[in-house]
Amino acid sequence: MQGIEQIITEHSFFAGIDPAYTHLISSCAKNTRFDPGQYLLQQGARAEQFYLLRHGRVVLELSGPGRGTVTFQTLGPGELVGVSWLIPPYRWTYDAKALELVRAIAVDALCLRTKSEADHDLGYELMKRFMPVLVQRLHGARLQLLDVYGAHG
Amino acid sequence: MDTPATDPMCPCVVRVRRRRRDGPGVWTLELEAHPDAPNGFEAGQFNMVTAFGVGEVPISFSGDPAHPERIVHTIRAVGPVSSALTRLGPGASLAIRGPLGTGWPMGEAPGRDVVLVAGGLGLAPLRPAIYRLLAERARYGHITLLYGTRSPKDILFRRELYAWRKRGDIAVEVTVDHAVEPWHGHVGVVTGLIGPARFDPRRTLALVCGPEIMMRFAAEALAAAGLAHEAIYLSLERNMKCGNGLCGHCQLGGHLICRDGPVLRYDGLREALRVREL
Repeated sequence: MQGIEQIITEHSFFAGIDPAYTHLISSCAKNTRFDPGQYLLQQGARAEQFYLLRHGRVVLELSGPGRGTVTFQTLGPGELVGVSWLIPPYRWTYDAKALELVRAIAVDALCLRTKSEADHDLGYELMKRFMPVLVQRLHGARLQLLDVYGAHG
Repeated sequence: MDTPATDPMCPCVVRVRRRRRDGPGVWTLELEAHPDAPNGFEAGQFNMVTAFGVGEVPISFSGDPAHPERIVHTIRAVGPVSSALTRLGPGASLAIRGPLGTGWPMGEAPGRDVVLVAGGLGLAPLRPAIYRLLAERARYGHITLLYGTRSPKDILFRRELYAWRKRGDIAVEVTVDHAVEPWHGHVGVVTGLIGPARFDPRRTLALVCGPEIMMRFAAEALAAAGLAHEAIYLSLERNMKCGNGLCGHCQLGGHLICRDGPVLRYDGLREALRVREL
């Protein structure tokens, strides 16, 4: 069975990261699994961890009165779930639900924020890895918002 | 005397043989072949199609180039002409001029991986290319179709997508912008499917068709994945009128889309696509 440190090293989100940082991150991490339909995180709850997906797919969704539940993104192996732990007030803004059996690494947010405060190089390394994901998702959200496949598309 | 086969401005009147609904407001018309019409078309080409008393619009071929006797067009009811065309049932008359424009560069595909990126109705102009690739499957490397659309109910050619996926020799990934349960497929933009797709960027040909904004993002994502701009082809849409490069309505930079396109290579388009209102 692979150790947490090895799994993190091999996860595409942390590809090529300095082994010293892997050691720090893995000290905040643990293996976890979710059955189909189980929530990884729920809107409004405290953002206490994020997940590195290893197996299975996760849907990100929002529910609203009269609209039911709308899925706006699916994520799979090699991707990460949860970015709201990075900025105050550290609350999830949407739900993330396992679409099938999900295996993931859960990383404790407070633990990692504390280590990043103590070691800004680690914080900067994390920022360089989270920013492209955030920008990519922002671009995607804009395209979805533009409704390019609508009648005017 | 000029005929449709010798004069591209000369339309020929044809009848609708079949009409099938392929999505909300989207209809596929199969037309009866006309003895005076040019025989055959290339994947990616289009016809100028007339709804009598309403007008003429460019519509790409969406049928199989191996069966030129079946002229197939998939049309979404958007404006007056396309709406009138989608209302035509079996036996109704319309006029066509064509085939016009450039086709997908199928001659460059043998021996290479092929990635087709389609958005919304953009799957229709790519379908003839898919038919050709699958008819000569052994000549190509990995073939991947990445298709993005608005929602699960908007998925075009649903049964065919399922059948292609079932073949096992073409990877078919479908994503929607948003979904309500019980959709279990991908949700997100089509560019998000490019990264995980299996192809060798050094020997891949990419064919992209969809709304222009989506194509710009797709082309950039393909380039970021390692494809040369010269290996990426887009099918463009502009305000086409004559269909022969005479009137200039469809000019984009140095290109007349009806004559030099609609299929054009990305390296020659990239700058023009960035210019507002061009």
